Amino acid sequence: MGAIAVHEGAAAHEEHAESFVRHYIFSIDHKTIGKQYYLTTLFMAIVGGALAMLMRAHLGWPEGGALDPGQYLAAATMHGTVMIFFFLTSILTGAFGNFLIPLMIGARDMAFPFLNMISYWTLFPGVLVLLASFFVPGGPAGNGWTSYAPLSAVSKFAPGSGTGQTLWAISILFVLFSSLFGSLNFLTTIINMRARGLSMGRLPLTLWGIFITAILALLSFPVLTAAVVMLILDRTAGTSFFVPPNLLVAGQVLANKNGDALLWQHLFWFFGHPEVYILILTPMGIVSDVISTFSRKPIFGYKAMVLSLSAIGFLSFLVWGHHMFVSGMSPLLGAAFIGSTIAIAVPSAIKTFNWCTTLWQGRLLFTTAMLFAIAFVSLFVTGGLSGIFLAAAPVDIYLHDTYFVIAHFHFVMAAAALFSIFAGTYYWFPKMFGRMMDERLGKIHFLFTFLGIYATFFPMHFLGFMGNSRRLYDTSIYPFLSHAGPIDVFISLSAFMLGAAQLIFIYNFFKSLLHGPVAEQNPWHANSLEWAAPSPPPHGNWGAALPVVYRWPYDYSAPGAAQDYSPQWQAQPVAAGGSDG
Amino acid sequence: MDSESFAPRDERPAGRWMGVLILFILAAGVGSFVYAAHYWWLPPLASTLGITDDMFNAILVATGIAFIAVHLFVAIALIRFAAYGRRPAAHWHEHLGAELTWTLVPAAGLVILAILAEIVWARVYSPPPANAQLVEVTGRQFLWYIRYPSPDGRLAATDPKFISAGNPIGLDPSDPDSKTNAVLENDLHVVNNRPVRIAIRSLDVIHSFFLPNFRVKQDAVPGRTIVIWFVPNRPGQYQIACAQLCGVGHYTMRGNITVEPDQAAFDAWLAKQGQH
Repeated sequence: MGAIAVHEGAAAHEEHAESFVRHYIFSIDHKTIGKQYYLTTLFMAIVGGALAMLMRAHLGWPEGGALDPGQYLAAATMHGTVMIFFFLTSILTGAFGNFLIPLMIGARDMAFPFLNMISYWTLFPGVLVLLASFFVPGGPAGNGWTSYAPLSAVSKFAPGSGTGQTLWAISILFVLFSSLFGSLNFLTTIINMRARGLSMGRLPLTLWGIFITAILALLSFPVLTAAVVMLILDRTAGTSFFVPPNLLVAGQVLANKNGDALLWQHLFWFFGHPEVYILILTPMGIVSDVISTFSRKPIFGYKAMVLSLSAIGFLSFLVWGHHMFVSGMSPLLGAAFIGSTIAIAVPSAIKTFNWCTTLWQGRLLFTTAMLFAIAFVSLFVTGGLSGIFLAAAPVDIYLHDTYFVIAHFHFVMAAAALFSIFAGTYYWFPKMFGRMMDERLGKIHFLFTFLGIYATFFPMHFLGFMGNSRRLYDTSIYPFLSHAGPIDVFISLSAFMLGAAQLIFIYNFFKSLLHGPVAEQNPWHANSLEWAAPSPPPHGNWGAALPVVYRWPYDYSAPGAAQDYSPQWQAQPVAAGGSDG
Repeated sequence: MDSESFAPRDERPAGRWMGVLILFILAAGVGSFVYAAHYWWLPPLASTLGITDDMFNAILVATGIAFIAVHLFVAIALIRFAAYGRRPAAHWHEHLGAELTWTLVPAAGLVILAILAEIVWARVYSPPPANAQLVEVTGRQFLWYIRYPSPDGRLAATDPKFISAGNPIGLDPSDPDSKTNAVLENDLHVVNNRPVRIAIRSLDVIHSFFLPNFRVKQDAVPGRTIVIWFVPNRPGQYQIACAQLCGVGHYTMRGNITVEPDQAAFDAWLAKQGQH
């Protein structure tokens, strides 16, 4: 705990006055940086959502002319890119990670506050570059968020393979470096700067999720970084990493030599599958904490939860080939990836059962955060079960690259992560901004979002069964899809409802920010350490002395305790509680 | 610190609302699948890969049971354990027996699934039977070239440098078989009950050769020739779709596949096509 002593001194800079620029723009305070991330990624979510609305406006009424084929592919590509890199990845680590880590471990700030500031200011130019790509000739990248080579590597293959694709690659580099800085900081901080008494076995599961996520990011992001640099070189410097020899473009044969189209897929998915878990491990942690708090009951199977997070993290590096069952890689390799992919279902199942069991015999309080957390379990189960179809490779041959896959990952990853972000926002908003959100608006937002998500994505399973492939501008050429029209109209109407419901959230967010009731220090009567700080915490987080931790964060309803929670910072022992987990 | 969260509460109406909402999702989910099975389902099977459909159905039943069980459990928990009065929550949080059960039971089910998947996978990718008919399919933005070998069974060598208006896939003119290979656009014919071996290539970007009725899909990757096989067993005309984004015209890249009733019908059809 040597690091604690060093940071005692940090209390000194708590007091000094800061300029506006230092406080709000180039801040090194983890809380300000967290909020910068939150607002930036919220803006990107609106951009990504608007693109989805455009896609649905076209797909519901293809003859309406809302988009031309190139614009449709650009919208699809940018929707995926924005949502995965600039919204989900960046909000979970950048906003929640930055804001919560020092508060939950009882530190004054991150281990490297300056690097933390650089991390945000590396994301920001990435946002600008990506947005700028909408205004270049040919438009933004249009080859899917996966940007498979050689389509993405040779400008002449499509309008969306032009300058927009290069800017896409550059913007991804910014995000990757931003996340890499963040991950280094998160790991160093969690390992070295925990309060006295806060062993790893007493960490809230939110932090375990962030911790494992940071390891995954540290190991997988450099691989995509290398791949993206290679892609940029292929596009601009005439290299042939991903461009096979003798390709025919516009009647001409390219001079490239010895490239391999599948290399991009291997590198992309070696990053891409850990990335999926980067987007779900932190949500799993958030949901565990929210469910435990509002069940007034310890999380069931804490050790199993930590072990399964770790197991999922480890296995996530061994399953990338299940994205490539029909790619032309050796069927022997496919056989190996069937095994590893099915194995990852076991820790996922354990987590689901543990959330369900935590509810059982609880004293359930239905706050908005709790509603989103419960719905997360439903979405995760629905999306997890459809994953079993895709893990069974012979069935995946049929379902691969159909709307079934879109349904699958929107449930298990996109919607589930989104719901955890809503749960986390309604839960930690009082700590972030010192005001309570409007619970009534929150519940209306929840109802329409939950119904909207199911109504939008559930029918996509059926489109997949019918053999409707992804990324098709128009399906009228295929007679076997001629009766899919009503499904597409229903999905589009549901998507519009889902989109409109988010306006309630945005209104609630800013209304509460300005006029919400002032929050108490610990409005939910929760146990973890962030609730020991004032709402909102001052610069430096804690007063003169750093907090000390006496127990794990799940001592709810301990028999013999005076109240139904025993916070981590409460010194007096609890008769039957005090578990280390 | 007060104990407000331990003050009397009645969250039962909220619990009922949320429980009913979860039950509604359950009913709508199951109901829509039952309805879809009659209207929006896999297209009629036209190959001997029925085992794919069997596996699909088995997984559907297993996952359906899990979907129903979890949602029922959650709904009951929400309705039963909503905060009421001063009734406290229980404090238990470990149970080795329960945890082992829900680790080992799904694990056992998943091991069985993995074994079945491996067996079927090995069968799909087993070597083609000796009597299989050879066809080459070459993807290009945004059409499929279908090539039938010469009567001697050979495909002529190709090289993109020979590509011209009259020679779309670049048959090597010095190869004698280049005169007798048949090259067609978007029109694949196969023989009922005769295995067909398809060599899949691409001239430009990655395409994906997708035959929904035959449960067949294989990416066409530039720089590689990938061979798959299957046995068509229902005469008729079906579609070839491109399942991998290949550019702006991706959605127009459709071909047709016709299962001829017998070899004689196929031979008669092929004879009518202009020899290259």
